[in-house]
Amino acid sequence: MPRLLRLLILPVLFLAAVAQADEALPKILIADPFIELHTGPGRGYPIFHVAERGQEVEIVKRRTDWFMVRTSRGVEGWVMREQMIATLEPTGEPLDLQEPARENYMSRRWQGGVMAGDYSGASLISAFGGYAFSDNLSIELTVNHILGEFSNGYSATLGLMHVFVPEWRVSPYFTLGTGVLHVEPKSTLVQAEDRTDQIGYVGGGVQFYLTRRFMLRSEYRKDIIFTSRDDNEEVDEWKYIGFAFFF
Amino acid sequence: MEVHRLRLLFLTLALASVLPGCAWFGRGGDAAPEAVAAPQAQTGPSSEQPIIDPQIERREIRRAQIDTEDFEVGLYGGILSIEDFESHAVYGARFAYHLTEDFFLEATAGQSRAGRTSYETLSGAAEILTDSERDYTYYALSAGWNALPGEVFIGKNRAYNSAFYLVAGIGSTRFAGDDAFTVSGGFGYRILPSDWIAVHFDVRDHVYDTDLLGKKKIVNNLEAHLGLSIFF
Repeated sequence: MPRLLRLLILPVLFLAAVAQADEALPKILIADPFIELHTGPGRGYPIFHVAERGQEVEIVKRRTDWFMVRTSRGVEGWVMREQMIATLEPTGEPLDLQEPARENYMSRRWQGGVMAGDYSGASLISAFGGYAFSDNLSIELTVNHILGEFSNGYSATLGLMHVFVPEWRVSPYFTLGTGVLHVEPKSTLVQAEDRTDQIGYVGGGVQFYLTRRFMLRSEYRKDIIFTSRDDNEEVDEWKYIGFAFFF
Repeated sequence: MEVHRLRLLFLTLALASVLPGCAWFGRGGDAAPEAVAAPQAQTGPSSEQPIIDPQIERREIRRAQIDTEDFEVGLYGGILSIEDFESHAVYGARFAYHLTEDFFLEATAGQSRAGRTSYETLSGAAEILTDSERDYTYYALSAGWNALPGEVFIGKNRAYNSAFYLVAGIGSTRFAGDDAFTVSGGFGYRILPSDWIAVHFDVRDHVYDTDLLGKKKIVNNLEAHLGLSIFF
């Protein structure tokens, strides 16, 4: 137990040290008549200071769409993204704060997310991660936690995902793969015996681009469980709704 | 006829411009494009020297250079009331990703231990669960909404950013040797003593079905905890 705790605390301390490390901060030049400094990273926080045109300010950090800046007099405050776009780099060029957009989905490499649904009557919690090696095609690893009334289980699958038209906002895809399924009957049942079987699946889904790097996703898979018994089992796997993001 | 003459003129011009280029490539191999580019780079600044100081250090801000702190990691400890099985200490870890100033995603994992039911205490000897079955662990994947962001004031000169938030999610609870699909929800309050540290106070309800005591019923396990997290 203490070892687990230590394992958890160590990375926190390490990250704290990293967070404190101070490097040379990027500087920007204010091009608008002025920019407004808020006391916090949110639209409701009061404006307590303004920095005028021609002043040089340092960008300390960013949180969501807010930037913490430090003026030459050492005043620190939060500036919203819309005002930061109107600032210049010391070279005189506009500050490049291009946010990931729908077009960037084409150049994504990594994608991940979580989904929730139904696995043949049982509840399903699913996490996935994928690597895209072309605009349409990616390889995806999925880990499922299946929570039923009579049994629980885990499954891990590896498969290919083909997005037909990646530039569409609502974009259908096809998926095919294989994996393993481990089922544990509940301990309150008498004839309890754990099983691990290979599965294969074919399925399809739709992803809906929300904003920036975020998407919603819905998926159906037909699973075939290659059991050690005479007949294979077929299972409907519905993932009603999920959240995905790409990098 | 006119068209033909124009095409001839165009081809002659094209050849005249391309052929010397081919000669360049033949001479220098891989180094040739650099040799072509170099004189241009030199003539540029020298002609503008009176206006722009060539010593200026060129610094471009790329997005990667800005320290983005959208992730939050932390630990928490508190008390968990396990229905029918007393209340005990709970501790866990939290990982959060702030999508916008309003919304965030959160993953939590915690662990506690169940006590004895009143039946077990009264009867003296009858044990419903074995020792290892009394271990209680859970995880939850949740979405959160900063419903009431604001500031708190301590004295006259100190103001700290804060937020009251609502959280709802799904996950799993492992108790009495079984996993149960769990829906959890609750609220929390977060104060930031510094820009990268947050102190949390959270109240959560973990709801799942169980037939542990013979009859199927819905269980509500309430949890209250204090936590510390950092942004990175």
